[in-house]
Amino acid sequence: MNTHLVADVTGLWDELTGEVAAGRRFAGLFGTARPDGLLLTAHLAGPDGVAPLDTLLPAGADEYPALTPSLGAAFWYEREIGDMFGVRPEGHPRPEPLVLPESPGETRRPRPGEPGAPRLIEPDPQALPRHVIGPGLFTIPHGPVRSGVFESIEYLVETPGEEIPHLNMRVFYKHRGIEKRFEGMTPADGVLRAERVEGTASVAHALAYCHALERIAGLTVPWPAALVRALHAELERLACHLDVAMRLADAAGLAVANARFGWHKEQVLRLVSQACGNRFGRGVVVAGGVSALPLTGPGELLAAVGRLDKAVSSDVAALMGTASFLDRLRRTGPLSPERAREHGALGPVGKGSAYRDDAREARPYDAYSSLGLQPPGGHGDGDALARLRVRFDEVAQSFRLLRQVTDELAEAPDGPLRDEAGVCDGRAVGWAEAPQGEVLYDVRVEEGRIVRCRPRSASFHNLVLMHEVFRGDILTDFPFIEASFGLSVAGVAG
Amino acid sequence: MWALRGLRDGVLTTRWPARPDPYAAAGRGPATVLDERPAEAGLEQIDTEQMDSEQLERICPTGAIRLADGAVRLDQGRCIQCGRCVAARPDVFGWAEGPAVGGLSRGGLVVPEIDETPERLAALRDGLRERTAALRRSVHLRHVDAGSDGTEEWEILALFNPVYDVHRLGIFLTASPRHADILLVTGAGARGMTEPLRRTHEAMPDPKIVIAVGTDAVSGGLTAPSYAVTGGVAATVPVDVFVPGSPPAPFSILHAVLLGLGRIAPAGEVRR
Repeated sequence: MNTHLVADVTGLWDELTGEVAAGRRFAGLFGTARPDGLLLTAHLAGPDGVAPLDTLLPAGADEYPALTPSLGAAFWYEREIGDMFGVRPEGHPRPEPLVLPESPGETRRPRPGEPGAPRLIEPDPQALPRHVIGPGLFTIPHGPVRSGVFESIEYLVETPGEEIPHLNMRVFYKHRGIEKRFEGMTPADGVLRAERVEGTASVAHALAYCHALERIAGLTVPWPAALVRALHAELERLACHLDVAMRLADAAGLAVANARFGWHKEQVLRLVSQACGNRFGRGVVVAGGVSALPLTGPGELLAAVGRLDKAVSSDVAALMGTASFLDRLRRTGPLSPERAREHGALGPVGKGSAYRDDAREARPYDAYSSLGLQPPGGHGDGDALARLRVRFDEVAQSFRLLRQVTDELAEAPDGPLRDEAGVCDGRAVGWAEAPQGEVLYDVRVEEGRIVRCRPRSASFHNLVLMHEVFRGDILTDFPFIEASFGLSVAGVAG
Repeated sequence: MWALRGLRDGVLTTRWPARPDPYAAAGRGPATVLDERPAEAGLEQIDTEQMDSEQLERICPTGAIRLADGAVRLDQGRCIQCGRCVAARPDVFGWAEGPAVGGLSRGGLVVPEIDETPERLAALRDGLRERTAALRRSVHLRHVDAGSDGTEEWEILALFNPVYDVHRLGIFLTASPRHADILLVTGAGARGMTEPLRRTHEAMPDPKIVIAVGTDAVSGGLTAPSYAVTGGVAATVPVDVFVPGSPPAPFSILHAVLLGLGRIAPAGEVRR
């Protein structure tokens, strides 16, 4: 799985589309500013790992032939490259700003990979065009400041009154310049940054980042540490899935179900904080292993997991037997299996549409390679209900894994919790399965400092699909569809 | 069916702040400078005269630690709770415990206190109480995300789950800034949110209280400096209460709300 440099852009696109046709999954595309030009990197996921494919766009070129016409999944990736580097993808169906609205002529872009601090940005919403124009049509702006406690994003619902023929998403409001912030950090500090890219998936981001470092330096994670990593990753999955159940119950007006799932989620966060001191599992994962064993003993942990499992399973059964709730989810926000496969939809969004590529199963890491994950039965309806069924299957699976991990941890021999060999220079890709789907980190270290770090969250890859799932749905379906995707805007805006 | 289920586990709600709560008391706050250094075996007693100031300051990834005039200062408004300092020098640094982590001034978050005299803090408190006297027992919260990592939203939302249930304290969430008394702002101050944040604040009626929730909102945390953030939300709106934490626990956010309303003292005791 070595880095592979292709001679030119067209060559890279040909190779990519060929590999995708042969069954690999397109997992992302990003740029790196270098003195000799713009390095374009595509990621291809397969059973043997995630391989980066590079090509160099020579310095001075301000456009390149777009990939999107031949590979639709690159749609947002190419818009992001346009924002960050000011190059134009020639032939892209909608080359508009995505994470950074600036005038097309603006040449002073953030350019991650290039040393130095970029000029301060002033994003301008007015720079973005509107799309559906016609008699009787109007646009309902929903956000960026929304009613409730939400992350900032603007949905422009373009509607003739009830149906939603088109949805426009503006994700730039909370762009934080994360990629540039990694540059110049030591690899050890980078973990702290990675944990705060998409905080609700702190553990998965820390894992993907550390896996990249471990691949660079050839570190081996000791067995007890691998178990602790899986423990926190599964607790994080529980919290995120319970959060989605809570939001869906809230959208359906089920006050008691909302309260019950809110309580369960709080119990999970408390268990995490008792095990490591932080409610989001921060500070546990370090390059080469973990920082400490859980502060909670195996017996106590097992008892807490058992109690939670019993309470959660009972409420899940009740919720999935509440007809008024199921009616709101059935056939709401459908994503066809064909589209899911074509796009390479990640996590529960893909799995609900019969497309399953779970990094824990396909490209196992840490303890997952020997935990014997049994993939739960498939769901292929592609609607909000199928996505919720996937999550509840994963909740049950997480409880099983937590018991297994705790048992093994009790019997694991005492020994070091991390490979102390340290990180050397190099470049590698790391991955982990977050509750939202696969997280990727492409990290390059030179002279002991990070020179380029590209996090790619599942939220970024999946959110673009929300454009397509409103066929026949109406305004009141919106909160169900949004919650059923279960994504975090922090991971999208960067 | 759900109604019966709602009764199944009895009352889950905390009585805090009227009664102590063990989870609130044990909650890990930002790092702090220990008053008395534990004389544990094997740990050298710290000698600030000989301490390499650069070495000590470099422990902290957000630059919260300063060594000036032979004394160690820690700016909790910059602390992201990574624990580097506690791990490296357990003789000097420890964890603050309990929910009372928020403060009424930015400078007051530096421990041990230097910038803020008790008189000035009392004046701040009295001024805020006078300004917000009308808000005592029924208040409405509005939240704006100005570039958070998503966790602060979870912790604010947790206040409305049955465990914290802030409705019992007369605190509600409102959909409109026109009905809002308190603005909770999260995130490092994303430049894209500057205008929406300013306009939300402007749309709120007086008197209003602004709370910066989380280390990112207080100082920019590990997100600043960046081309895309202002490094704390005080650059855009006037902040009344600063709550450090990455993210702050729900009890800390609740403490900050009550502190802004003058219903609790900074140290945590309830004002009747």
